Amino acid sequence: MTMLLSSVAEHVYWLARYIERAENTARIILAHNNLMLDMPRRIAIGWDPLVYVMGSMDTFRERYEDDGERNVVRFLVSDRNNPNCITCSLEQARENLRTTRAIVPRSAWETLSDLNDFASGNAASGIGRRGRYAYMKRIIDTCQLLAGKLSGTMSHDMSYEFLRMGRNMERADMTSRVIDVRATNLLPKQTDELWPFVDIQWKSVLDSLVAYQMYRRHVHLSVRGKEALRFLLQDEEFPRSLHYCLSEVGCCLHRLPGNESPLRVLGRAQRMVSEVKTGNIVKAGLNDFINALQLVHTELHDQLVATYFQVAQETA
Amino acid sequence: MAIRWKDYSGGESYDELITPSGHARKAARRAVRYISSLSDEEWCERRDAAELAMHVMGITFTVYRKESGIDHIWPFDIIPRIISAREWRTTETGLIQRTRALNMFIADLYGEQRIIRDKVFPGELLAKSVNFRKQCIGVRTPLDIWAHICGSDLVRDRDGKLYVLEDNLRVPSGVSYMLENRLVMKRVFPELFEDVSILPVDGYPTRLFDTLASLSPRPADYPTVVVLTPGIYNSAYFEHSYLAQQMGAELVSGTDLVVKDDDCVYLRTVGGLERVDVIYRRVDDQFLDPEVFHADSILGVRGLMRAWRAGNVAIANAPGAGVADDKVVYAYVPAMIKYYLDEQPVLPNVETYLCMDDGQREYVLANLDKLVVKPANESGGYGMLVGPFASKAERRKFADLIKADPRNYIAQPTLALSTTPTLCDGHIEPRHIDLRPFILSGESSHVTRGGLTRVALQKGSLVVNSSQGGGSKDTWIVDTENP
Repeated sequence: MTMLLSSVAEHVYWLARYIERAENTARIILAHNNLMLDMPRRIAIGWDPLVYVMGSMDTFRERYEDDGERNVVRFLVSDRNNPNCITCSLEQARENLRTTRAIVPRSAWETLSDLNDFASGNAASGIGRRGRYAYMKRIIDTCQLLAGKLSGTMSHDMSYEFLRMGRNMERADMTSRVIDVRATNLLPKQTDELWPFVDIQWKSVLDSLVAYQMYRRHVHLSVRGKEALRFLLQDEEFPRSLHYCLSEVGCCLHRLPGNESPLRVLGRAQRMVSEVKTGNIVKAGLNDFINALQLVHTELHDQLVATYFQVAQETA
Repeated sequence: MAIRWKDYSGGESYDELITPSGHARKAARRAVRYISSLSDEEWCERRDAAELAMHVMGITFTVYRKESGIDHIWPFDIIPRIISAREWRTTETGLIQRTRALNMFIADLYGEQRIIRDKVFPGELLAKSVNFRKQCIGVRTPLDIWAHICGSDLVRDRDGKLYVLEDNLRVPSGVSYMLENRLVMKRVFPELFEDVSILPVDGYPTRLFDTLASLSPRPADYPTVVVLTPGIYNSAYFEHSYLAQQMGAELVSGTDLVVKDDDCVYLRTVGGLERVDVIYRRVDDQFLDPEVFHADSILGVRGLMRAWRAGNVAIANAPGAGVADDKVVYAYVPAMIKYYLDEQPVLPNVETYLCMDDGQREYVLANLDKLVVKPANESGGYGMLVGPFASKAERRKFADLIKADPRNYIAQPTLALSTTPTLCDGHIEPRHIDLRPFILSGESSHVTRGGLTRVALQKGSLVVNSSQGGGSKDTWIVDTENP
């Protein structure tokens, strides 16, 4: 008997999204941290791009006047006004897991509980410079451990498809956000002064998505805007490229009932990604392209909600 | 531990394991010999092992506190409470007899009300009952059973006899602790289980599922059974999810269910709507259906009562079953047994004074310092007066309460609840206990082998409730005749 409650599917989906979100946030902080150490003092990139990546600039402005390092990192790690901060994401993940304990292996619950306690108990050391690396690394590693436990010990039934979908929807979202904020800032009018540092900035973009090593392995070129963009959007094998994430969502949908509407929206997103000429949008229109892509992504999420999580809600 | 059983004394209370002369009772003989053979160090090891096992197994009850998370471990004592199989057989017969009568009583109240016509049960009591549901009048339930799961609290008085203290017919809880306590004990004392013939308890989830399945309105190979929970902040959420898991049933909350125009109940699943046959509800009557009861309830399902009345879904326990879960109604159970079954009650009630009766109220008011006063419809040990331990001001307060609303109060003599050896700070001391067996009624009846023993961990305390400093123990029914 394979029956899956809508509410359980929804919890599992969000569980995966929040775990992935915590991991991704930790990673972009680390990547940015490294970049800042390499950049000369006179060139101010600042820390605010990270807030833009998370799409939380309005909330941030309400809370802080100064967008310096400490405020930004605190905002991303443990500010309760930012629902996307690492500690809030992990807490949300735990609440979602609490109600799905029947289908998720017990040891995953224990790992997530521990990670939660660690993240909120040691937030101060994650915000400070000295302990930042160790803190972020522990978050990233434990999230990966969780993904491994779930993949290795949970039945790969319908509920697992929702876990996979959540993970890949969140990854696709993060990849498009990083491209949006970080890459568009790099592309326009390169001043002579900045020029020597463009390479390391592109490297940092790839680093935020753990893509650098795989990029070098498969592209064989030094890091350049057009190639990096193509890799992040269209690579067929890298698990965080948009192409790859969307295909994963497609695989999941094919194993679920009533998938026509979501598949239709997904198809549109996939066509957008595969048909875009990265050489052209690098010159102009990257912003528009990413905005359009984000809209389809949101539409796909809404379609999953309507199809699977809000069954017969009209009577409520 | 060098226990000197001669120095161990439960005072005037009956001790479950040890006789007044300091010897082990027959069913407990092997266990006591074994207990005496362990050193202090070994005791600590076993206790730590039990604690660890509880932690790993995630056995918790929920107390909602924002700062500290919501899961707490319920104290568990590793010395078992032991009852002989011979005594248990009689107890089982008595419990089944009692629940049969109670079920006939509930069905009668919502049906012809013969018992009132025949003047065995006063009709005015019904008019003032807070758990009588007018919405249930005229409904016929499958097999005419209303209370499918009953948890009766038994206590042993100084005379060594078991008495029924109350019957919980609404949403009795605790059975998951009974099951998990046994698992912990098997891990901690495996050698004892080889030596002693202890009746197993782990068949309960299967029996529960069979009982629920027997109520299905659609004869099918595999009816869809769900456990309806109020959610994670309910103190028994652990049990709800545990039972659902053990039965292989879905754990649902109100928002997972929907009643369509055909008056059938459906589950919202990713594949669309799936019909539900049986709901094991752990939500109080009043919150079941906003269409009929509390309009602002978000725990229930709109239209659920319609579906139930139409016979399209079975609900266990049936809405309205709580009418017999009332301490005034309790006093009439022996009369019910005679009236419906024409039998003598096997298990006695505790002597009970009804404050609504003028003569009995006079007696209660004059003897408040000797009696326990309880409101008719509270559970969890709340709102009661334990006369001998109460202050003058408290007794005065209760005298006023009784005069203002006599129907709502009963009084009972203060029982000397039995004691059993319990590990307290490295010593073994007597602590007071009660026992909650669970009785399943469906196509056939089933009583748990023992039940949940609750223990008052404070010295001298008689309050065993988990919300008020109680703990629990494993309960062994030991067969000495067929080892």
